[in-house]
Amino acid sequence: MPDGPGLELLRGEIDADLAGVVLDTSYAKERAVLIVDPARVRDVLSWLRDTPGQGYRFLSSLHVADYLPAEPRFGVHYEMLNRERVERLRVKAMLPAEGPEIDSVTDLFPTANFQEREAFDFFGIIFRGHPELTRILLPEDYVGWPQRRDFPIGGEPVTFTYSEERYG
Amino acid sequence: MAEQHTFPQGRIDEDAALPTVADLYGELDEDRTTEVMTVNIGPHHPATHGVLRLVVDLEGEVVRDLKPVIGYVHTGIEKSCEDKSYWKVIPFVERMDYVSYFFQMEAYCGAVERLIGLEIPPRAKYLRTIMLELNRIHSHLVWLGTTALDLGAISMLWYCFRERDRILDLFEMATGQRMHTRYFQVGGVIEDIPLGWEEKCRSFVHDMPIRVGQYEALLDRNEVFLQRTKGVGIVSRERLLELGVTGPLLRAAGEPWDLRKAFDYLAYPEMDFKIPVGTVGDNYDRYRVRVAEMVESTKIIGQALDALPGGPFIADDRKYVLPPRSELSTSMESLIHHFKLVTEGFRVDPGEIYYAIEGPRGELGCFVLADGSSKPARVHFRDPSFVNLQSFKDMAMDSYVADMICSLGMLDPILGGVDR
Repeated sequence: MPDGPGLELLRGEIDADLAGVVLDTSYAKERAVLIVDPARVRDVLSWLRDTPGQGYRFLSSLHVADYLPAEPRFGVHYEMLNRERVERLRVKAMLPAEGPEIDSVTDLFPTANFQEREAFDFFGIIFRGHPELTRILLPEDYVGWPQRRDFPIGGEPVTFTYSEERYG
Repeated sequence: MAEQHTFPQGRIDEDAALPTVADLYGELDEDRTTEVMTVNIGPHHPATHGVLRLVVDLEGEVVRDLKPVIGYVHTGIEKSCEDKSYWKVIPFVERMDYVSYFFQMEAYCGAVERLIGLEIPPRAKYLRTIMLELNRIHSHLVWLGTTALDLGAISMLWYCFRERDRILDLFEMATGQRMHTRYFQVGGVIEDIPLGWEEKCRSFVHDMPIRVGQYEALLDRNEVFLQRTKGVGIVSRERLLELGVTGPLLRAAGEPWDLRKAFDYLAYPEMDFKIPVGTVGDNYDRYRVRVAEMVESTKIIGQALDALPGGPFIADDRKYVLPPRSELSTSMESLIHHFKLVTEGFRVDPGEIYYAIEGPRGELGCFVLADGSSKPARVHFRDPSFVNLQSFKDMAMDSYVADMICSLGMLDPILGGVDR
């Protein structure tokens, strides 16, 4: 992991090339996080991947967390891995509660394909430019975004013939 | 008489090229006459290793397009975890990838420990390492048995499951359960190993490399097995990295990437072991890498048993760890802690963490988001089977249906982990 000062140096380098794209940084529990402008997340990720001396070429995981009631509400996490220096870096893009949309990174990192579909499936986040943005784990005709924090647990009625006959 | 039972040397021409698809069917072109047929395989099919559905476009016997359809065993575990206090999540996450339950527990417990900054005692680290490596052998044995079964080597299944049963016996003796043991706790492990367990484990560690030698004797000189696996399902190392594939599949393509070596967790930095890698990246290399990994795992278990430190097996932080049962009748403090932990659970300060370990199938990551309450706000697993499944199309394209089945076996997806 880049340590605290290393993270600030990295931020400076990104700012020199892509001004204003890094909104904030955080360093907690030995994990470095870059919070970036969601509109330019592709620029940051390709910069991290292609700039000599950076080499965050491996996207280990793409996942989404719901920070309800905070606004912007959704955080799309890109866990970047530099396998040469054995460093992890999390890039986080925050999306609003209404109409969360972000550019797909599937063409930069083909591994994001299934993971973006999963994020769409559970949180309803639209990944612009994804080749096939359909539900992946839930049935195609399912309505709702079940991993959102305001989706009730147990909100799915389970109908058995027995209980239907007995309780109507 | 003895000569008749020895394997005739030099009978297998391992370098002989099999006829390629182009040899048999010609290059794919626009005005071809063969009809392309879409065939549905699964979701309930013995060769798909779980509830996986494959929609395959076939030209004769050759796969021209392929799409895995998943989600048939989705049970919403990640959502259910959000309604459970931290210590009650452990049995849930175990049931995702049902052959590598210790790894799920370690990923989750390790993530929570790092969130609250809890250091686990050395004995717990070693016990966890031993259990994880036993589980890795167990997982690879299930893989080897079922995959060899797909290729027609039925006896392999019985031999592999015989050794697997010894591992399950060890689990049962130490934890009380054969599967889904709930042995790891936040802060350590729930119980020390019982008397006699170490000897039993040592005898297993002694026997296992011999058994692996027997498996190799059965498969490595088996003409059918070699013809079915050699040169089949090759995907380049660069493509695998693009697709985010990790674990034995990546190592079989020649990339020595193993999180046990790269990152510092549990007792792995003190262990002396090698990372087996392949050269070509075909199905045969994938088999070789996993078999070699089993031997390396036995080495790790042996070393960990030799160096097993004394002392407590769980941390002594009463805010997070249950007090010993004996204290409950004498200490009011312990009774209060016990009550609070069992009823409400412990609270975790707001924060988020991604913690990844090397599972038997690759990088198993766990993301935990804490919001200050006693329940996690989000638990997400980066399951290696889920990510690795994306490379299946590359493996099976333009090969025979039978080779596709072989590649799927060598990919080793566990659908419980894919669907969660």
